[in-house]
Amino acid sequence: MGPYGFYVWSCFALTAIVLVICEWRARIRHRHVYRDIEVRVKALGDTE
Amino acid sequence: MWKFVHKLASPPHFYHIAANLISWFAMPGLLLIGYGTYAGLFVAPPDYQQGDAFRIIYVHVPAAYLSMMAYMAMAISAGIGLIWRIKLAHAVAAAVAPLGAWFTFLALATGSIWGRPMWGTWWEWGDPRLTSELVLLFLYFGYMALRNAIDSTSKADRASAVLALVGAVNVPIIHFSVEWWSSLHQGPTLVRQGGPAMDTAMLYPLLAMILGFTFIFGALLLRRVRAEVLYRERRKRWVRDLILSGKGKR
Amino acid sequence: MTPRRQRMLAVGLALGGIAIAAVLTLRALDDNMMFFIDVSDVVAGEYPADRNFRVGGLVVDGSVEREPGSLELRFRVTDLRCELPVRYTGVLPDLFREGQGVVAHGRMAGEGEFVADTILAKHDENYMAPEVAESLAEHVTEQTAGLRQGSGECNPQ
Repeated sequence: MGPYGFYVWSCFALTAIVLVICEWRARIRHRHVYRDIEVRVKALGDTE
Repeated sequence: MWKFVHKLASPPHFYHIAANLISWFAMPGLLLIGYGTYAGLFVAPPDYQQGDAFRIIYVHVPAAYLSMMAYMAMAISAGIGLIWRIKLAHAVAAAVAPLGAWFTFLALATGSIWGRPMWGTWWEWGDPRLTSELVLLFLYFGYMALRNAIDSTSKADRASAVLALVGAVNVPIIHFSVEWWSSLHQGPTLVRQGGPAMDTAMLYPLLAMILGFTFIFGALLLRRVRAEVLYRERRKRWVRDLILSGKGKR
Repeated sequence: MTPRRQRMLAVGLALGGIAIAAVLTLRALDDNMMFFIDVSDVVAGEYPADRNFRVGGLVVDGSVEREPGSLELRFRVTDLRCELPVRYTGVLPDLFREGQGVVAHGRMAGEGEFVADTILAKHDENYMAPEVAESLAEHVTEQTAGLRQGSGECNPQ
């Protein structure tokens, strides 16, 4: 990669990090939403 | 056809179909990116001017392309939601924004890292291409901030849809900025008269990367829209049934 | 008219209005949106006299003269119509070479010379392997042969 190795590799590394963050954030968001509803539904279910 | 579209647009159906669709997007996406990364870094010849630094194109161009495509997808969904009052369309628009912002950030960051060794600068204020892409990032931020500021989902949908549609003017400005005004950034390589100005050994990995990124974007979007749909339908019966049945966790 | 059609019309009209407003604004801003000024315009005296600005063009083949023992160099830039002498002291970007596009930031000194404090390099939209570029080189030399005859004056093509 010669003198530009640092620039090229940091771009690819940054891209990998961003893609992982996007996937991770999407999963977290889904899990949070699911859990919040689960707590509420279960609480309501108990009183019924 | 329309029956299928209508069925897909109904939140419970979308929620289930999307779960299966995600891997159909993620798999080819990862394969294409795997091939594109390998071929781009190790097979494609170095550029006659830029040497190995040109390999940054394999992440920079897909990111920049998707930053604009995502905005178009957001604006079109918002428009459909506004006109036809389709709930799923608003959910899609809301789910695109954070992804679009990340890809815009990626395009700006990789462009900056590319600019340092080639142009001789990380960033130049006043350059039309750089400035309009930065405006795109702020449009995404503004869209998300506006949504956050409004408590009522339906009001947030409508207000943010107007912002998304107004901001869409910026997308063609980004694309044509290098032709309309003088810029440090070179003209388009792929979308130009006479076809792409690139050796095929360099071009094929780039096309693979663009397609692969698009698939991955689709997979990420489906995952985000599912979460968004679940949140919006949290008081609906189908969601209650889904949770009680213990399915739909994934 | 159904409510849906009304909404469609409203969105369409709003978009059209915004597009027209954007085009008008951009046209009005046209000169200010220019990242750099063409060499011909600078030679014709169309540049801000009281502040720094950028000039963009190609480095004329064979025009680069380095001051021995320092980082100072002189060269000429051209937009294929006019030429402008540039003086610069400092580090150059890797892509700087004769025939390459550059953007110089600085101001006009006396005697029609541009004194740059920053030199940025532009590259074109073509990507190819070095071997391919070499086989194309003859053709390119023919194209730019005219540049070498430039004498600092304007010769419109």
